[in-house]
Amino acid sequence: MRIARRAQAGTMQSSDLMVAVEPAEALSVEIESTVKKQFEHLIRAVAERVLAAHGVTAGRVRITDRGALDYAIQARLETALARAAEA
Amino acid sequence: MGHLHRGEEPDGVAPPPPAASALRRSLLYVPGNMPSMLQNIPIFAADAVIIDLEDAVPLGEKDAARRLVRRFLETYRERRQEVLVRINALDTPWGRDDLAAVLPALPDGIRLPKADTPEIVERLDTLLTEHEEALGVEIGRFRILPSIESALGVINCIDVAATSARILGLAFGAEDYTASMEIERTKTGEELFNARSRVVWAAKAAGVQAIDSIFSDVKDMEAFRREVELVKGLGYTGKSLVNPRQIEVCHDVFAPKAAEIEYALQVVDAIRRAREMGTGVISLGGKMVDAPVVKRALRVLRTAHAHGLVAAAPDEAVLHG
Repeated sequence: MRIARRAQAGTMQSSDLMVAVEPAEALSVEIESTVKKQFEHLIRAVAERVLAAHGVTAGRVRITDRGALDYAIQARLETALARAAEA
Repeated sequence: MGHLHRGEEPDGVAPPPPAASALRRSLLYVPGNMPSMLQNIPIFAADAVIIDLEDAVPLGEKDAARRLVRRFLETYRERRQEVLVRINALDTPWGRDDLAAVLPALPDGIRLPKADTPEIVERLDTLLTEHEEALGVEIGRFRILPSIESALGVINCIDVAATSARILGLAFGAEDYTASMEIERTKTGEELFNARSRVVWAAKAAGVQAIDSIFSDVKDMEAFRREVELVKGLGYTGKSLVNPRQIEVCHDVFAPKAAEIEYALQVVDAIRRAREMGTGVISLGGKMVDAPVVKRALRVLRTAHAHGLVAAAPDEAVLHG
């Protein structure tokens, strides 16, 4: 899919995350996290897996993590992508 | 909590759902769009949880909540309690999408809001069958807990209870019911008496469970306890809860008391002796013991057994000698 417009999903509550996506030339994933040191690579791995599953090859993805588990990262990113794809 | 990992593909099998007759004293609502609450589900001691996609989720977040619930349920395969999902009503723009999103993650059943008529339940039944066929799971696997929560629903609940073999009980919803009646809900519940009675009649007549409404003041545990005692006395077998703090009191009230168990054991013993003497009636402590008394005693002992309060399940054969 293509990121056609800016969109976001999630909340800033504990155990959640906020995902913002917007159109860009190249694909980039930026991560802010309360547990960045220990978990940035794991959050990135989940995000990259979801992006690949959706065939996303371009766009800026910003994740502000509040200690979310993998299922929440996956769900919030999927929602942000779905919202970004809508006309 | 660390980052839990799951496989690339959701594993297709979940444990079979609990029996229709399973103990459902406490059905705890959990908001569908809050990861911090969802991931606590495994530690809640409720008999069932109802993950809410309806009133707990703002209109603009329906899409986000149903994805979150699906992804959560895919990770929660070794379930410690029954998992129901309250979808949005089928006549809203969200109800069908809710089903399509969450059913692949195999919840045990659907709590259907505003089950005002048998036709509404039939529509859900048909949709569930279609999803079961598409998913390749047993037809009838997904159960239905209809919410009786309007004047029309109360009038039709006798027909609703008999609509589908999927129905595991009737859930009375006092908040929406009082709204539909344009009356205030009180802590003593006099205004609910007729509706509550009718819903429990309908459930008993159809042989399904009766689940009472939420009690929303989580600070007033005394009033909560009185309400659970009241509905237990009317025949309700469980209650919807809004806060995990209510679970313990709810279980405590629904558990048979020591004196009830003791009396039930005496009744079963007395009727066994009566059978040996070739009669169906016997006196116990000056009171007549006959079939209805024995039936009640057996029910107390079954519940006590489910609570782990007696070692063995009762011998149902004593009822018929």
